[in-house]
Amino acid sequence: MRRRLSTFLSIFVLAASVPARGDTDTEVNARKAALDVAGAFTNDGFKMRDGHWCGTIKPHEPALIAVNLYAGNQYWFSVGATEQAKKIAVSVYDESGKQVTTEPYDAGEKAAAGFSPTNSGQYFVAVDLVEGQEGSFCLVYSYK
Amino acid sequence: MIRLARLSAIGLIGTVFAVVGAETGHLPADQLAKAIKSESISIPTPGELFAALKPGKPNWAGQYRGPMPMTYRNRAQIALNLGGLIADGFIAVEAKDSQQVKNIGSDIIKLAKALGVSENLLSRGNSINEFAENDEWDTLQEELEATQNEVKSSMQSHSDQDLVILVSLGGWIRGTQVVSGAIMQNYDERSAKVLRQPALISFIQSKIGEISPELRGEPLVKDVSEQLTGIKKLVSFPAGKAPSVDDVRKVNQAVGKVMEEIQNKAIAK
Repeated sequence: MRRRLSTFLSIFVLAASVPARGDTDTEVNARKAALDVAGAFTNDGFKMRDGHWCGTIKPHEPALIAVNLYAGNQYWFSVGATEQAKKIAVSVYDESGKQVTTEPYDAGEKAAAGFSPTNSGQYFVAVDLVEGQEGSFCLVYSYK
Repeated sequence: MIRLARLSAIGLIGTVFAVVGAETGHLPADQLAKAIKSESISIPTPGELFAALKPGKPNWAGQYRGPMPMTYRNRAQIALNLGGLIADGFIAVEAKDSQQVKNIGSDIIKLAKALGVSENLLSRGNSINEFAENDEWDTLQEELEATQNEVKSSMQSHSDQDLVILVSLGGWIRGTQVVSGAIMQNYDERSAKVLRQPALISFIQSKIGEISPELRGEPLVKDVSEQLTGIKKLVSFPAGKAPSVDDVRKVNQAVGKVMEEIQNKAIAK
């Protein structure tokens, strides 16, 4: 019960926090969708980062976001998009550009990738619009 | 429906981390160079760094430092120390020490107010106290990060954008000082690998390069910035290679020196 309350509070705190660089309404909605996906992982002990990235996703133009990760942690990268994006996909690349195998979670305009790096350093999260039209997306990530 | 989706997502967690490292595609260097880099997501929190220390949790309470003066007058020094203080908050959360969390939360608000940032921070301070009293440790971690982000957001709206990176830098230095110290006390290769972060320092250096020449030329900022070049070399281990105890000691000494300067350098204004 306490755990559930804590999870609820966490999501509330993150959703209520100040949006980065003046997010648009569609980006705020995309962020809510991303937080909804990430909330599931919180139940398993993953802590959600307050930091996020919102932007525009277009067909055939994957968005690439640099993150710095620590070996020893497990990560979930959760993405939500607006409804025009019918299907999105999340993948992760290491600092040399090699794609690493991740555990996918796909649910239309929501998707996530789970990854546990064996080396600390820079990685790149790619967000692809697989089906649908240009729209807003938001990336959040969780770790434990 | 959402619940179903959540359940299936949770169900994946058990298997997700067994399969890592295999190559299935490749991105060219020019595409990697265009990747979005943002302070809000490309710089890890101190809590994220501390979480990576496994197995065998350090003696977090042993990493506390004495109270710092709240009388700084130089804005760059306040911003750097504010970042360090937020990292101290994460240490107190790891130690599950509610009184220490409350003390640090109070100091964070004092320093933030010295910079003239948002009044909303007062409610953050109250939340920190409440979560600490109720032992809501996970929520406290998120509240600390949210507090840090609110400080940065307020800086941006008060035309203090240049100070934002200094808050992040102060937090990274203090976090690295604590983690390298803990690894030295109880060395194991797996934990030592967390210290490899050359790209992170490059990003911080690039952000410092964007701040105003006046601020960049201030003695403390200049000193810290110059020392980052040396620290970057110390944390640039080859991928897959764990630093030795001696490597870790060098990192600890280098960041300790910078932290000492941030905390105690006497600056006129």
